[in-house]
Amino acid sequence: MSTAAGRPAAPVRTGAAGRGGAKRRQGALRWLPVAPATALLLLFLAGPIGYCVWIAFTDMQLTGASSTNFVGLENFRRAFADDNFRNAVVLTLVFTVISSILGQNTLGLALAGLMQRASKPVRTVTGTIVICAWVLPEIVAGFLLYAFFRREGTLNMVLDWLHLPSQNWLFTLPILAVSFANVWRGTAFSMLVYSAALSEIPKEITEAAQVDGASGFQRLFRVTLPMIRRSIGTNLMLNTLQTLSVFGLIWAMTRGGPGNRSQTLPVFMYDQAFLKSFIGYGTAVALLLLLVGALFSVVYLRLMREEV
Amino acid sequence: MRSPLAARRPLSPLASGNAPRLLRRPRGRLAADLALLAVAAAFVLPLAWLVLASLDADADLRVAPPSPATLDNYSAVLTPEITYTPMLNSLLLCGGATVLTVVCSALAAYPLSRLRSRAVRPYLLTVLFTTCLPITAIMVPVYGLFVQVELVDTMHGTALFLATSQLPFGIWLMKNFMDGVPVVLEEAAWTDGASALQTLGRVVLPLMGPGVAVVTVYSFIMMWGNFFVPFMLLLSPDQLPASVSIFTFFGDHGSVVYGQLAAFSILYSTPVLLLYVLISRRLGGGFALGGAVKG
Repeated sequence: MSTAAGRPAAPVRTGAAGRGGAKRRQGALRWLPVAPATALLLLFLAGPIGYCVWIAFTDMQLTGASSTNFVGLENFRRAFADDNFRNAVVLTLVFTVISSILGQNTLGLALAGLMQRASKPVRTVTGTIVICAWVLPEIVAGFLLYAFFRREGTLNMVLDWLHLPSQNWLFTLPILAVSFANVWRGTAFSMLVYSAALSEIPKEITEAAQVDGASGFQRLFRVTLPMIRRSIGTNLMLNTLQTLSVFGLIWAMTRGGPGNRSQTLPVFMYDQAFLKSFIGYGTAVALLLLLVGALFSVVYLRLMREEV
Repeated sequence: MRSPLAARRPLSPLASGNAPRLLRRPRGRLAADLALLAVAAAFVLPLAWLVLASLDADADLRVAPPSPATLDNYSAVLTPEITYTPMLNSLLLCGGATVLTVVCSALAAYPLSRLRSRAVRPYLLTVLFTTCLPITAIMVPVYGLFVQVELVDTMHGTALFLATSQLPFGIWLMKNFMDGVPVVLEEAAWTDGASALQTLGRVVLPLMGPGVAVVTVYSFIMMWGNFFVPFMLLLSPDQLPASVSIFTFFGDHGSVVYGQLAAFSILYSTPVLLLYVLISRRLGGGFALGGAVKG
């Protein structure tokens, strides 16, 4: 840096502030670096969302009908009357509750809590394995768990070995199998969030509770959980948003089948729009999914408000 | 990996190493150890299948020691058609998109971090809102739009979309890292007559090297693992990245060579595993990305 660095910056300042117009022009110029990112976001994100809102109200099809007509709320009316759509909504709820709220969240918290007490080698080994499952690409995870849950797969081998009844998991309980797959894949995230949150609790507080004679359960529900409630909120929100948009994992394991018994909303949307060529109808379903996602995002934003 | 939101975590999973031991009794620790090992055993089974099957010439779907261990599966899949072309496609697609994401988010983050303007907060809130939207849901309209502007089945079109989908989170991270760079150093550069771009490139970015590295590696990992976007937007077999071409192992004939599928999966996963180790080691300690998760 040159010697000018030490001098006061007065000349530059007065130059910039000299005229109101010049100042404003410079103000606009300083925003220029935001332009490329904004352009991309408008073109490839806002554009498709706007387009999504438009097609959702038309009868656009990939094949057959040549013209696309505005049909108002017809697609939505059709969706709510469609057994397959309702099936997809129910399955999405089951998938989200089992894999995100009950599975990832609770197991992640349990792992984080246990890790605080466990010995270092066990902590390292478990952490590495759980995180490995998370870092693997989605589609690889899908294949691994497909192999795991198949009739001739590892799970049934273990059940045989324990003299428990085995079954064809992907056929009898496909939604449960994909939910467990999502738990396998996603728990690491919750574990990391809760490990960070728990390590921030001052040990004096839990020790004080212990000295006062609080039992383990009382310490958990009266001290620990209230102290990490913001992490719990954030984590639940992010888990749910992620789970709502899972496609590759289910596609690799069951393709929504057998029949439609593991067809969650993203799979249903894909099936309607591309395999059955009802682009308008599929997009209406996508729009509903987007609205649910937006709703959760707003809640998340409120949780994060202090960060911005 | 998972949604773009996944990075809101401390990068060091085992950071709680020095956390207070709540139970000093060895019985408590033993119970915790046993419980953790039980979970680890359940989690490791699918991974064990992957490794063992890749070394087994006639692997089936069960965890079983290969007899004898062989590298045949690897030599069978290491051909231009099966492995090299898809991996190269992945590299071009994700590499190009990552460069675009990092450049655009660094540029955008600079004014957002430095300007005292009323427009900053709404912009950032919009960005944060966008990070949460399920990208899966807009893939149908994106496909429709891409067909109309003839970007469908092109690598650059797909890369542009991948870059955009990662951009909100990139901007958010970058802005948080940039906030950590003191403004004083820049003021010296301003006085010397450096332009905003020069200041950003020569002063600010070099000072936040680890931050730029995290955004780069993280974006790349997310794109490398992304299946749905290239699955929808790319059609010709010679352009497919590894995340989609993996389905060719399930041929039309119904028979799957599981050993080769496992070997390919390992080859495909290795880069992201290594990159993850790289950023998690580098930024160990209690580092939370952007400090986004606070208790």
